[in-house]
Amino acid sequence: MVRYVIKRVALVIPTLLGAAALVFVLMRLIPGDVCVVRLGSSGGTFDPKAVALCHTELGMDRPVLVQFFDFVWGFLHLDFGTSMWSGAPVTSEIWARLPISLEIAILATVIAIAIAIPLGAISALKQNTWIDVVVRIFAVGGIATPSFWLGIVSLLIVLDVTSALFGAPWMPPIEYVPIWEDPLRNLSMAFLPAVTVGYRYAAVSMRMTRSAMLEVMQEDYIRTARAKGLINKLIINRHALKNALLPVVTLIGIEFAFLIGGLVVTEQVFNLNGVGRLFVQAVQNQDYTLTQALVMLTVMVFVACNLIVDLLYAWLDPRIRFS
Amino acid sequence: MGISQTGVKLALAAALTAGAITAAAEAPKRGGILTYMIPADGGPSLDGHRETTYAVLHATAPFYSVLIRVNPDNPASTTEFTCDLCREVPTPTDNGLTYTFKIRTGVKFHDGSPLTAQDVATSWNKIVHPAPGVASARENNFVMVDTITAPDDETVVFKLKFATLTFLPALADPYAYIYSKTVLDRDMHWYEKNIMGSGPFKLVEYQTGQSVKGERNPDYYHPGQPYLDGFVAIFAPKQSVRTDAIRADRAALEFRSLPPSARDQLIKELGDKIKVQESDWNCGNVVTPNHQKKPFDDVRVRKALFLAIDQWKGAAALSKIAIIRTVGSIVFPGSPFAATKEELQELSGYWPDIDKSRAEARRLLKEAGQENLTFELLNRNVDQPYKIVGTWLIDEWSKVGIKAAQKVVPTGPWLDSMRSGDFTVALEANCQNIVNPIADVGRWLPHEVQRENFGYFSDPEMIDIYNRMLRETDFKQARTLMRQYETRINQQAHQLMVTWWYRIVPMRSYVEGWRISPSHYLNQDLANVWLDR
Amino acid sequence: MATNTGTIGLPAIAADDVGSQRASRTRRLFRFFRRELLGTFGLLLVVVIAATGLGAELLAPYNPTANDFGAMMEAPSWQHLLGTDQFGRDLLSRIIFGARTAMIVGLSSALVGGTIGLIMGVGSAYFGGKTDLILQRIFDVFMAFPLIIMALAVVAIFGTGVQNVIIAITIPLIPRCARVVRSSALAIREVPYVDAARALGFGHIRIILCHMVPNVMAPFLIMVTAFVGQAVLAEASLSYLGLGVQEPVPAWGLMLQGGAEEYASSAPWIAIFPGVAIVLSVLGINLFGDALRDTLDPKLRKR
Repeated sequence: MVRYVIKRVALVIPTLLGAAALVFVLMRLIPGDVCVVRLGSSGGTFDPKAVALCHTELGMDRPVLVQFFDFVWGFLHLDFGTSMWSGAPVTSEIWARLPISLEIAILATVIAIAIAIPLGAISALKQNTWIDVVVRIFAVGGIATPSFWLGIVSLLIVLDVTSALFGAPWMPPIEYVPIWEDPLRNLSMAFLPAVTVGYRYAAVSMRMTRSAMLEVMQEDYIRTARAKGLINKLIINRHALKNALLPVVTLIGIEFAFLIGGLVVTEQVFNLNGVGRLFVQAVQNQDYTLTQALVMLTVMVFVACNLIVDLLYAWLDPRIRFS
Repeated sequence: MGISQTGVKLALAAALTAGAITAAAEAPKRGGILTYMIPADGGPSLDGHRETTYAVLHATAPFYSVLIRVNPDNPASTTEFTCDLCREVPTPTDNGLTYTFKIRTGVKFHDGSPLTAQDVATSWNKIVHPAPGVASARENNFVMVDTITAPDDETVVFKLKFATLTFLPALADPYAYIYSKTVLDRDMHWYEKNIMGSGPFKLVEYQTGQSVKGERNPDYYHPGQPYLDGFVAIFAPKQSVRTDAIRADRAALEFRSLPPSARDQLIKELGDKIKVQESDWNCGNVVTPNHQKKPFDDVRVRKALFLAIDQWKGAAALSKIAIIRTVGSIVFPGSPFAATKEELQELSGYWPDIDKSRAEARRLLKEAGQENLTFELLNRNVDQPYKIVGTWLIDEWSKVGIKAAQKVVPTGPWLDSMRSGDFTVALEANCQNIVNPIADVGRWLPHEVQRENFGYFSDPEMIDIYNRMLRETDFKQARTLMRQYETRINQQAHQLMVTWWYRIVPMRSYVEGWRISPSHYLNQDLANVWLDR
Repeated sequence: MATNTGTIGLPAIAADDVGSQRASRTRRLFRFFRRELLGTFGLLLVVVIAATGLGAELLAPYNPTANDFGAMMEAPSWQHLLGTDQFGRDLLSRIIFGARTAMIVGLSSALVGGTIGLIMGVGSAYFGGKTDLILQRIFDVFMAFPLIIMALAVVAIFGTGVQNVIIAITIPLIPRCARVVRSSALAIREVPYVDAARALGFGHIRIILCHMVPNVMAPFLIMVTAFVGQAVLAEASLSYLGLGVQEPVPAWGLMLQGGAEEYASSAPWIAIFPGVAIVLSVLGINLFGDALRDTLDPKLRKR
């Protein structure tokens, strides 16, 4: 097991290095740079001298290889440098946006699990009945709906409904308050985005639960249990669901890593000052340092989730360790 | 110079039409917190002197004082400038070469230290003559300035190299915050990351990418102001959020502009709880053919491009869906320097008879052997109004057989393509803050003088006309030169201004005191804003 | 090489089940329709949308790109069944032509991404060793890499044409397909007949194409089907971020982007109908894909 763990962890290094090289190159292939965007985006005339000064200030006139070495070296020391756009340390830029994103991600996961597992299990048990059909359409609907559209439309519905009910339209706050300062305001802000993100997430997990359940129910021991005359309900609780949960948990783990991607769009729709919105900003501003740090962060979360899942599997299934 | 300045003031007649709301007779109420939105993500640094985006200005203007500015109670005027820190707008002496400003006494920075003429002179020197390594975004507007000095603590003297009509408007630059000399002497870059001025509001909190909060400055020098106890400005880059937020009263307004659809929808839903101020806008889009790329080296082809566009009908129709309204040439339509409608209709691309215009376009294309002209229009991936204008133009060009496709790219690549000359035709933006026509039209000068002109043409005659205009101190003469300059650009079909933008600011009805201006950069210190509730 | 795999790939559905079941293909098809009602419904939706896209010129009542300033933002009526958009363009016509764009984007991204993924996945499994290790790391990088950066880079460098949007969407699909295919192929590789084929001196390409590829066809088809839906959605998301297909090309995501943002409540038809088109087509593809999986997945087929 120890050897497997070491081997598996070692494999993370080339992935991180590869991602670092990729983001570094891609960002620099995009024409234009942060100085041009900063001075030219408002449509007025600007001085090429100011652009040149900005380049020097940000060290962009240094050789590319030096810049790359700087980035990797800094990364190894957990020093991500300063944002080229705001001049503030990258860590503080990200830190300021992390709470809301994490909150939405966790809330969405909770909502997803609360919906997905019971519905998925019911759908599998009642396979090919109308319940199954309804649940599956609901699930596929979650996958088929563009999340920004869902966000915009659900905001409108909330506005219209509150307007009709109370005479004054209501929408979630557009300014973040930490949960320990004002829990009600905080949750009223996070709830709707969490539901829109969670719906898609639930849909994916629901399908997984359903098919995992179906698969497990074919297994011999469940059949045996059934043959023994145990009540259906008991079997489901004790055996089938428990075994079906492994792939579902895996999926939830992996999807959590993908959540950041989902947040990119949702945070825009609900004006949440989170990591996803920062991502779009950083890329649009062509802020190399901030984008690089954010990409590495996403990649690390993704790699970590995968690593945990892999190790968990290896621990559960000895064949993997020794192959 | 003195006479011409009055001339400009008299010519004020051509003011803005729609939405200019008459001053409320009521006495302002004190108190309350104004919540507004800044339609952008957080700006780069906090230093107004080095930045160009309104995201910085809308977030920081309430904290600072300036030397002179547009009249906060009549910012629609393009010719009226009033004092903020000075005691009176001076009449220049020395044949228009010397401006002596008397500075208010008793003004204090938010840290309690006194503001004197020394602070004003040091701040202005930072803008006009920045030290090596210090960035100043609008240095180019002050080519006429020779020296700025403060002979004593109450006097600032600007000495010019030549007399010009462009100086006073340039001085009213809304970004020209007055910083503390003590702070600047210590660190020229301090204001990039910190806020400390002498304006109507004191900083409470700046939350990165999220919001800015300010509270009343009790020591403010304009009597009775500010009326608000404080303000909260929230960064909100997505338009749908902003419209929803005004509807649900999460914020009272945003100060840039919302599209007409949002205005109509808010009025429909909120009735008298919403009011709207509108104004022509000192911004517009420019069609720039790259003269270095065939066949746009041929003046006939360029002219055909302009003649194919029905600006009159287009502007009227687009005003229903985009922040666009007024047809005009290179000068802001609300300015006395602008062409009258009759003058305008002489220019290619503005003919009243579109059929005649398009027939001429076809004839020119045929003559140039370009009947099957196909090209790519470089555009920026911003909806309002770039992509709408682009979509409209492509359809207009198709009416004379020109096949154009849009290449829409993000801001960085868009600017880069233009800067490197790697495009055939571009849809540019022309957006200036204070209306200063002679300075503003400097952006049309050939590339050899104006490095950021992307038409890449050479035209010595234009440069000559411009230099004479820049040094002309008589308004009438200057206006005549402006027509020559405009006609020259149009005859050579260098570039075409299409559809000036139109500012639409819907707000909750309880917001009082704020007046719209021709630029979203102006009149944002909020000192005279109050809440009626 | 790519085209080769494509042509051999198709009859391989049959090769998947050798022997007795080959005769019962038609019967299986009928069983599919009978047992997978939802899947059949999904297939029907897909077929209708595909047909709409193919016959767009015949079906669309108006030119989808012609502006009509006399008829801006008109509500649905007999003249314009789904109303008009902000430029006065007929929404129905744009949605009909949009089906073609969706098909082009969806199918080509899925097929190109899937096929490259198939080749890389099978190759990785077959050759094993260093090749496998290196390819795996490359897949890791691309899997973990955020789509938005990739898309922005592609679009910023090449511009926003339909084919560039396809490239942007295709790249992240490749490693995902390769992963799944590889794990299925690994199992096949250990099967004695592959060794036998090698012992008989068959070339690598022949073994891969004739023995390995047909056996990973089931997961491949399931993946590709899912990809079509994901690609249509990805196009919409890219449009929302301003990186998708550009005006005046009729594309659903693009119609939604400007429309849903600005006109969601003042002219809701502009925001709703393109969204419905996206939801229906992705729903159809997914329902069909689910049924396909249930049918092709040997573990579930035992039922």
